[in-house]
Amino acid sequence: MIQLLVFLPLLMALVAGLGGRMIGHTAAKALTTGGLFVSAALAWTIFIGFWLNDATPSTVAVLDWIESGGLFVRWALKVDTLTAVMLVVVTSVSALVHLYSWGYMAEDPSQSRFFAYLSLFTFAMLMLVTADNLVQMFFGWEGVGLASYLLIGFWYTKPSANAAAIKAFVVNRVGDFGFSLGIFGTFLVFGTVSIDAILAAVPSHAGQTFSFLGAQVDVMTCLCLLLFVGACGKSAQLGLHTWLPDAMEGPTPVSALIHAATMVTAGVFMVCRLSPMFEASETALMVVTIVGACTAFFAATVGMVQNDIKRVIAYSTCSQLGYMFFAAGTGAYGVAMFHLFTHAFFKALLFLGAGSVIHAMHHEQDMRFYGGLRRHIPITFWMMTIGTLALTGFFFTAGYYSKDAILEAAYASGTAHGTFAFVVGALVALLTSFYSWRLVFLTFFGQPRWAASEHVQHAVHASGHEAHHGHDHHHGPDDRTAGYHPHESPPTMLVPLFVLGAGALLAGWLWHGAFVEAEEGAAFWRGSLAFDTHLMHALHEVPAWVVWTPSVAFFAGLGLAWHVFLNKPSIPLWWKREVPGLYDFLLKKWYFDELYNAVFVKPALWFGQAFWTRGDQQTIDRFGPNGAADVVVAGAATLRRFQSGYVYSYALVMLVGLAAAAAWMMR
Amino acid sequence: MIGLTHYLVVSAALFVMGVFGIFLNRRNIIIILMALELILLAVNINLVAFSAYLHQVHGQIFAMFVLTVAAGEAAIGLAILVIYFRGRGTVAVDQADMMKG
Repeated sequence: MIQLLVFLPLLMALVAGLGGRMIGHTAAKALTTGGLFVSAALAWTIFIGFWLNDATPSTVAVLDWIESGGLFVRWALKVDTLTAVMLVVVTSVSALVHLYSWGYMAEDPSQSRFFAYLSLFTFAMLMLVTADNLVQMFFGWEGVGLASYLLIGFWYTKPSANAAAIKAFVVNRVGDFGFSLGIFGTFLVFGTVSIDAILAAVPSHAGQTFSFLGAQVDVMTCLCLLLFVGACGKSAQLGLHTWLPDAMEGPTPVSALIHAATMVTAGVFMVCRLSPMFEASETALMVVTIVGACTAFFAATVGMVQNDIKRVIAYSTCSQLGYMFFAAGTGAYGVAMFHLFTHAFFKALLFLGAGSVIHAMHHEQDMRFYGGLRRHIPITFWMMTIGTLALTGFFFTAGYYSKDAILEAAYASGTAHGTFAFVVGALVALLTSFYSWRLVFLTFFGQPRWAASEHVQHAVHASGHEAHHGHDHHHGPDDRTAGYHPHESPPTMLVPLFVLGAGALLAGWLWHGAFVEAEEGAAFWRGSLAFDTHLMHALHEVPAWVVWTPSVAFFAGLGLAWHVFLNKPSIPLWWKREVPGLYDFLLKKWYFDELYNAVFVKPALWFGQAFWTRGDQQTIDRFGPNGAADVVVAGAATLRRFQSGYVYSYALVMLVGLAAAAAWMMR
Repeated sequence: MIGLTHYLVVSAALFVMGVFGIFLNRRNIIIILMALELILLAVNINLVAFSAYLHQVHGQIFAMFVLTVAAGEAAIGLAILVIYFRGRGTVAVDQADMMKG
């Protein structure tokens, strides 16, 4: 069953990708989508089995892969509760995104390629989450990176999409470098890459140190930090986050699947999978907590001022990933996975909703050109509202349970960094509520503002005059719709929204017991991650004000957003005018890209230029191949002068040669 | 008394004149043919002079052969020259450089 679940998407990806031209778009789309729905059904069977506690963790061996000295790696599919959770998230969102893409990509000329990439991504992600050893996990890790690259750059005629794809790939290389070093180090210390064997051997290696540059470094801390660098790259944590907002160049279903629900959570999954290792190092946990909290804060502040609807949601994703990491850092891995699980539903919903808005607005993504869409696309409006409620933590929605649990866990952990994370997390909850409702208010409320949008103007002109003519008398001179009326998306795009909307509303209520309650959780996870029963008990003993903090933050953010963007729209303009420094600082994403350009990109270009012109062109080429060629040319030019074409000079040469030969003979 | 040395000196002088007639001549292919004849005659004088000096007849027989070959060579050379003139409209040596690389 698990083999079918994992390899069906690969099979379908190959069929659709290699045979797409032969079988046609519709067949390719139907095969990949159908395959994913089968996988999703199987995944839910497995998950429900674990939820009802009548399934046992197992490892299914597929093939031997590498056997070299002490290194033994095999392909194997490890299925336990943690994997089951990820299987459900990956296959469900992927299946829904496949379905959604029928509508969203309907006019694209290379749809079968798109669906093949989506299925390929799903396969790689499934390999990652079912990995039984670190090398196989790395395979999946790189596979999703590749698929992400291909899908970000799917519209390869757009230079910005190519640049974003390359940026995502290169930034991820930095993280992957750390991850691979972590794997090498783990093999060096434990002598195996099998995850079960490593986790079993952790206690015997805890506290070991090694000498590095005269300092004693804790082995576990070092390994965990290296692995965490990998997680940072994949999960867009502060420092290596710069690729995620740019990745929004890809088609919106891709953003929903890869850059919200699944791939970017791979880092969180990896930390949870190796949680016994992280538990062995206090320092590593502290770093994880602080990086997570800082990312949550950073991304939330930037999200407040972005104008591109997808970028707002992208920064929101970045921020929520920060939540997951500091939950893991405070030792509440179950809570981190719970937030991962609920986040997948509501963030995929938000992205697909944003895709629906973009679809209705003829690919205009700038929220400054939206407004008043609530009346035109009501279903999308309600689904986006549900997603926003869940994201901001309205009572009994998915985000309410998971975010509360995270903040309570941070408070209850009692460490200094836990308290720091709690304070930052509470503030970020306020900011999250603010920017999320800003998005809703700017998009769906107020007056239409799209008359100035180039995309919309283009659409109006393309639609022809006669259709447009009859409506003219409806529009006064102050009409701001420019004759463009957004239409609701087709059913293939709305059905996934309904399903995810249901998930966003119910996932928290249904599963919070299994994921985070002390006794139930311990029985649910069954040792697939380090589940701290004491901490989970402590969640219920935090003061009432801690419990109410997220809800207060929700209402404060909502109220503030309402006041600022609907009640008194002059306030943001005043901020923009009076405090341009702060506004620009946030709009330019804390100048991270500029900093990286100055510190890494420019010097790298300079070095490259220097090595290219000085080293390669002026040294190697000059004395190497070009030099040899020049010698030949010069020599030939000299020799050519002997071949004058005059018979008499040839005769002279013959005579001289003959005389020389005769002289030689008579010597 | 005119001895072998005198003959050889004349022969060598003729030979050198022939050789330089080929190499220094820039004007006319006919002059090259004439220079070739000079070289062959120089060789003939050598052969005949040694034949008389050594009292052997082989040299004179060889001289007759060389004369025959020289006549044939002159006939063929002149024939080529005529064809060449028809084609190029000139027999100037300077312009006969089609073998240039």
